[in-house]
Amino acid sequence: MAGRVQGKVAFITGAARGQGRSHALRLAEEGADVIAVDLCGPIPTIEMYPPATEEDLAETVRQVEALDRRIVATKADVRDRGALEAAVAEGVAQLGRLDIVLANAGVFEIQPALEVGDDAWREMIDINLTGVWNTCRAGLPHLIEAGGGSIVLTSSTAGLKGTPNTVHYTAAKHGVVGIMRTLANEFAAQSIRVNSVHPTGVDTQMIMNPKTWGLFDPENPNPTREGAEPIFRSTNALPVPWVEPRDISNAVLFLVSDEARYITGVTLPVDAGYTVK
Amino acid sequence: MGKLEGKVAFITGAARGQGRSHAVRLAQEGADIVAVDICAQIDSVPYPMATPEDLEQTVREVEALDRRIVASRADVRDLGALERAVADGVAQLGRLDIVLANAGIAPMGADDDPARAFADVVDVNLTGVWNTLRATAPVLVEQGDGGAIVITSSTAGLKGIGGDSPGGQGYTAAKHGVVGLMRSYAMTLGPQGIRVNTVHPTGVNTPMVVNDFMQKWLAEDPTVAGAMTNLMPVEMLEAVDISNAIVWLVSDDARYVTGVTLPVDAGFTAK
Repeated sequence: MAGRVQGKVAFITGAARGQGRSHALRLAEEGADVIAVDLCGPIPTIEMYPPATEEDLAETVRQVEALDRRIVATKADVRDRGALEAAVAEGVAQLGRLDIVLANAGVFEIQPALEVGDDAWREMIDINLTGVWNTCRAGLPHLIEAGGGSIVLTSSTAGLKGTPNTVHYTAAKHGVVGIMRTLANEFAAQSIRVNSVHPTGVDTQMIMNPKTWGLFDPENPNPTREGAEPIFRSTNALPVPWVEPRDISNAVLFLVSDEARYITGVTLPVDAGYTVK
Repeated sequence: MGKLEGKVAFITGAARGQGRSHAVRLAQEGADIVAVDICAQIDSVPYPMATPEDLEQTVREVEALDRRIVASRADVRDLGALERAVADGVAQLGRLDIVLANAGIAPMGADDDPARAFADVVDVNLTGVWNTLRATAPVLVEQGDGGAIVITSSTAGLKGIGGDSPGGQGYTAAKHGVVGLMRSYAMTLGPQGIRVNTVHPTGVNTPMVVNDFMQKWLAEDPTVAGAMTNLMPVEMLEAVDISNAIVWLVSDDARYVTGVTLPVDAGFTAK
């Protein structure tokens, strides 16, 4: 049976691990080839969890190839539009076309608003907002060339609601919605759909670290996953503390498939009811 | 293996249009169906409503897929009738997993008796949805293993496109109202693992939209100009486009999606 995105090619940023790797594998399971990029290196102001590595990206390549799909992977920074354009051009040269763009790369850091330094603000906005724009900018000409396509921007529940201690992250994730809505309008006539997904906490290193656990469990000097779990759970309407990367991938897969051929301009929460609570 | 193998879905307004499409699409994914439809005319509705023959056609199409269907005539304004239909369906099919509150009317342009048109559309499109939830939520809760409810709202549940027609205003008010119901139920049923979402279609190629009265209203009421003009280059969606969104929402692929207003509208609300 043909997969739900059989024969399509997807460009995915932040593909070395976490949600990005999960998206690459889920789309590959359904027949897509992948153009993958990741910074694979540190960001000075992101200190609360370790960066992805080149080994992580190599593991994504190995797992996609194990599904008998092709993947062109490059180390590239979403802040560097030229590097993204080169990665996409190389991927399209090898894989023949581009149909899907997933602007997934992002970072997270927790800081009280008045302690966010200029560098921390700039790096967050550069990666989580300008990086998303750069990704769209690099992918769009190829989608136009293909006669249509689908873009999914990974925002967050923090793209729909405010939460304390994340002013730079929340500002960037709200900004992503503005990019989505504008591009949905601007490129609808060319049959290019643009949507955003808004995950609640996802079980990846980005939130599975002592500093994030501590935000949810501030009384505990040595916060743990187990200690934070009930507080995470209390923020969602459904009785789960967080969701799995594959849950976001299933939403992304739906949005980029023909099942959603007339869905565009939509903010889709995958958040266990976080934003309705 | 279908995405909904072994599940049972209760669908209102299942005689034709989107409701029939949902029944067929869910059956293709392995679900059995409990179907109701009023199969009768409501006076303030200017276009012909579904008939008993329409409901029989839905039964035939589901059975042709080798799935079971329990169909009965019931009015969503009659809670007792819905409760009996649900009880009978569960007795025959064994359980309930999915609820699609799909039944609705669109008495735009029926301006002879404004108060009647407004009251009827609110009764069917808002109170009828509440009745559907009241008839089914207790069954899902008692069963104890979750469930998924999808309410069919509209782009008119997100934007004010009722024009100055009493039916259109009632339609828009009711379609906004079901978003409130969805959000309340998402909160109260969340702890039981029951998910509640709305879908918001733009114009769909069904008898509710494709009829002389609706087209006349759209053409002649200057306050609703563009009420169905989409962002994407498509005039009208097909019922299956809404069904595909619903299949995803009620499947395990969306196991943590709840409290969401999902437009399926070719960008109408993003304009």
